[in-house]
Amino acid sequence: MSALLAAAEVAVRFAGQLQPPPPPAPPVDVISTGETVAFWVLGPLALAGGLGMIFARNAVHSALWLVLSMLCLGLLYFVQQAPFLGVVQIIVYTGAIMMLFLFVLMLVGRDSSDSVVEVLRGQRLVGALLGLGFAGLVVASVARALTDVTARGLASQNSSGGGNVGQIGRELYSTYLFPFELTSALLIVAAIGAMVLGYAQRRPGTKPTQRELVRARLRGEHARPSPLPGPGVFATANSVATPALLPDGSPAPESVSELIQPRDRRTLAGDEAAVAGALPGPDAHALVAPRQDAGADSGPPPPEPGRQGTPEPSEVTR
Amino acid sequence: MTPSYYLLLSALLFTVGAVGVLVRRNAIVVFMCIELMLNAVNLTLVTFSRINGDLHGQIMAFFVMVVAAAEVVVGLAIILSIFKTRRSASVDDSNLLKY
Repeated sequence: MSALLAAAEVAVRFAGQLQPPPPPAPPVDVISTGETVAFWVLGPLALAGGLGMIFARNAVHSALWLVLSMLCLGLLYFVQQAPFLGVVQIIVYTGAIMMLFLFVLMLVGRDSSDSVVEVLRGQRLVGALLGLGFAGLVVASVARALTDVTARGLASQNSSGGGNVGQIGRELYSTYLFPFELTSALLIVAAIGAMVLGYAQRRPGTKPTQRELVRARLRGEHARPSPLPGPGVFATANSVATPALLPDGSPAPESVSELIQPRDRRTLAGDEAAVAGALPGPDAHALVAPRQDAGADSGPPPPEPGRQGTPEPSEVTR
Repeated sequence: MTPSYYLLLSALLFTVGAVGVLVRRNAIVVFMCIELMLNAVNLTLVTFSRINGDLHGQIMAFFVMVVAAAEVVVGLAIILSIFKTRRSASVDDSNLLKY
């Protein structure tokens, strides 16, 4: 097929060399066979992408169908002598916008599929009928009005003055300069709007900051302004179940977590007495010279390992 | 084949997008249908640019793309903020302004 076409082209070229060239006719864009084939491949694919987007239950599948449709449209732009728009379509639409869609789909929840409940009765049927009617009207009118139209084509524009991209750039910066500047304002406003709308505002029920906590404490809004006391650390025991002793010798109930059963009171009798001042204080010369009477009244005897250091669980729970 | 085939294709694509807007409930899918409609209009603009033999239609399609990008950014941010407060992306659930 293509070989035949090439042969015909070569024959036409030879004929043109032999005969004098005809006078230049008004430019008419002839649609080639290749373009026809491309249209009949890409057009149904684009349409299938659109239909798949409508009928897919999963939103992610809808997005992927739409990607197919947009890719086909980008290739159709290439075919239609608009290479710049084709590239922009593929980069901006399928590259940026659809990825943004997929990002938001992943954020919002992949399983956020449609509800089957119809709020308005028969809305889907009516929508489909309206769509069919609209399609019939537009297709019929376009088919009646524009069937025998011939395209002038963009061959002259696309081959001179920097090609398609150069011509579009020249038009953008001369004829369409003001709208082009307006798009910059639009993009800035859109970026700021997205930031404002997407900002995670503090909602009631979230954690207060440290500054707010300190202010509330000093204002007396909490039960106590200071943190809770730690557990007692003594020579006989340093477990978290040991309550700290207050200056008067009584155990501080807040020093032990509510989840822990407090230590047996009897094992703390010596420490209580020491803190209350009933016993003589520690001897500064204890390490200098051994004294026989120091160990007798400086608290309970040194604990046997495993007996007094930690309370036995059975004893505590009893 | 004439260039009007492209116009017919774009009319069909526009219809598909419009029906999708009417039929679907998920706000994000509705948004994608709007994108499809914009793409169909772009195809029309490119085809008319080719028929008329000048580039103004392509420039118009370029502007449509810019506006569509901005619209997508703002619209998706709105959908996200609605989802954050209402835990739903369905267009049926945003009915506070109804009554």
